[in-house]
Amino acid sequence: MNNNLRKIQDRILKHFFFFTALTSTAVLFMIAFFLFKEGIPIFEKVSIQDFILGKYWYPTSDPPDFGIFALIVASLSVTLLSAAIAIPLGVMTAIYLAEIASYRLREIVKPVVELLAALPSVVIGFFGMVVVAPFLQNAFNLATGLNLFNAALMLAFMSIPTICSISEDAIYSVPHSLREASLALGATHLETIIRVILPASISGISTAVILGMSRAIGETMVVLMVAGGAAMIPLSIFDPVRPLPASIAAEMAEAPFRGDHYFALFATGIVLFLFTLLFNLIADHVAHKYKQVGEASL
Amino acid sequence: MLKPTEPATIENPQTAFDSTPAPRFYLQRRRRIMQKIVFSAFRTAAVVNALALAIVVYFMAANGWKAISWTFLTQPPTNSMTQGGILPCIVGTLCLSLGAMILAFPIGIASAIYMSEYARPGRLLRIIRLGINNLAGVPSVVFGLFGLGFFVVYLKFGVSILSGALTLGAMTLPVIISTTEESLRSVPDTYREASLALGANKLQTICRVVLPSAMPGILTSAILGLSRAAGETAPIMFTAAVFYVPHLPSSIFDEIMALPYHIYVLATAGTEIEATRHLQYGTALVLVALVLGLNLTAILYRSRVRKRLR
Repeated sequence: MNNNLRKIQDRILKHFFFFTALTSTAVLFMIAFFLFKEGIPIFEKVSIQDFILGKYWYPTSDPPDFGIFALIVASLSVTLLSAAIAIPLGVMTAIYLAEIASYRLREIVKPVVELLAALPSVVIGFFGMVVVAPFLQNAFNLATGLNLFNAALMLAFMSIPTICSISEDAIYSVPHSLREASLALGATHLETIIRVILPASISGISTAVILGMSRAIGETMVVLMVAGGAAMIPLSIFDPVRPLPASIAAEMAEAPFRGDHYFALFATGIVLFLFTLLFNLIADHVAHKYKQVGEASL
Repeated sequence: MLKPTEPATIENPQTAFDSTPAPRFYLQRRRRIMQKIVFSAFRTAAVVNALALAIVVYFMAANGWKAISWTFLTQPPTNSMTQGGILPCIVGTLCLSLGAMILAFPIGIASAIYMSEYARPGRLLRIIRLGINNLAGVPSVVFGLFGLGFFVVYLKFGVSILSGALTLGAMTLPVIISTTEESLRSVPDTYREASLALGANKLQTICRVVLPSAMPGILTSAILGLSRAAGETAPIMFTAAVFYVPHLPSSIFDEIMALPYHIYVLATAGTEIEATRHLQYGTALVLVALVLGLNLTAILYRSRVRKRLR
């Protein structure tokens, strides 16, 4: 009797915990639902093709132009340039921490990289505005220091912690036997790292890189404050740009409630959401398909 | 077939197999030099990252400390935000981040308990985990849009502390779940088995054995979630924060000011951007000190607990 009651209690609890665990997934679906609910109406005015491939973003002029192609190009170019800075720095730091640094140094540098991740984005954006922008303007004799390069540089330092800590875990978990076998064959430590350890941990490193780029493309405050804000297709890395998140954050306050501009900004949000969703699904796929399983990973 | 032509000696071990030692010697040296060069490049990368943090903190501290005073921390802004303090922003940020934690912490812990204690590895767990990972990857400005569409407009909470805290809570949920789950998983199975063997049921085991042993990790997750919520700007731009409120909040349906949004407003939208520079640095310094202080607490606490366990 008592035993039966216990079993029922256990089962109820299990279901309670299960449904709570579904909250995150539910929130994800609700985000998608509300983005589409508030974003779809714009496609009664503009076709999807014109919206995505349209070169002109003049939401407040009459008649307004809702084409986000320049914003997409801006987002992609900022993200790629920041990846070009962040990937080498992040992966090299990860190798240094996992393979070369002494235990004591590792215990100091690792928290520092974690703290870098904790810096609020608005502070990094502010730093880019008041310190890096004047410096760039003087050093390269530019019209404005608020440009694609500055934004990419700031974003790089926001995605390095992600890239570094996930890569480091992957490198650290390469089995010792692989390392020892390579060293026993006479390879130097460097040759071991390049020919054995990196290939063995490549799936973890790719996941790290994709997640880092996903963080960069979605980051808002930095691009809002330092990218310059011009909705044009950039011709050089020193041109001011207006990435997707910057456009949403800057204009939402002024957009008339439930007007075309408001719907267009939500539709921009859908594009951004789909970009990051894609990045995350690819990262998940890579992490699962090429899972690091002991010696079998080579 | 390699065959010794003459017996190897201790002074000259190579001649046994190799009659031309010179090129090999140079090759070895080249490999060693190469390794040195590349390793120092790796070291430089690590130093650059550490320096980046130091430089940002240095600039905020060097320019911000002059603005910090008792008045700055305890007075509201005056003279259309060109003078005075940031008290409403500090209060607002505390309300928002604590509110977010009150909402997200219980849900996060319960989710982590399910994933570590109840779920069996398989498809269902994979889907739940995929949901959490993707939620962690959603851009902060999209959370803002969601908060605007759902809490502010659909549920009619308006631009308020409640809407902001709910939005921030949804955003910090993945942080709390993953940190808590990790610490639950690090509790040895022998603890659970011992408890079950004594006749405790699953809930008793979780509440009296697993959770207490994982408490340091769970507290760390709460601190990290708090600092994440305190530093975010984009999610509260459309849901909770406004340029200026003359009084401190009195209910959860009030609009508020917040530290990160205050920095953004002063640095970009004010009419006197240059004149309020010291206020911007001061506010940024307060925010950095708050967030890094919380994170350092978490890191130090975790390492102390780890040492004690060892």
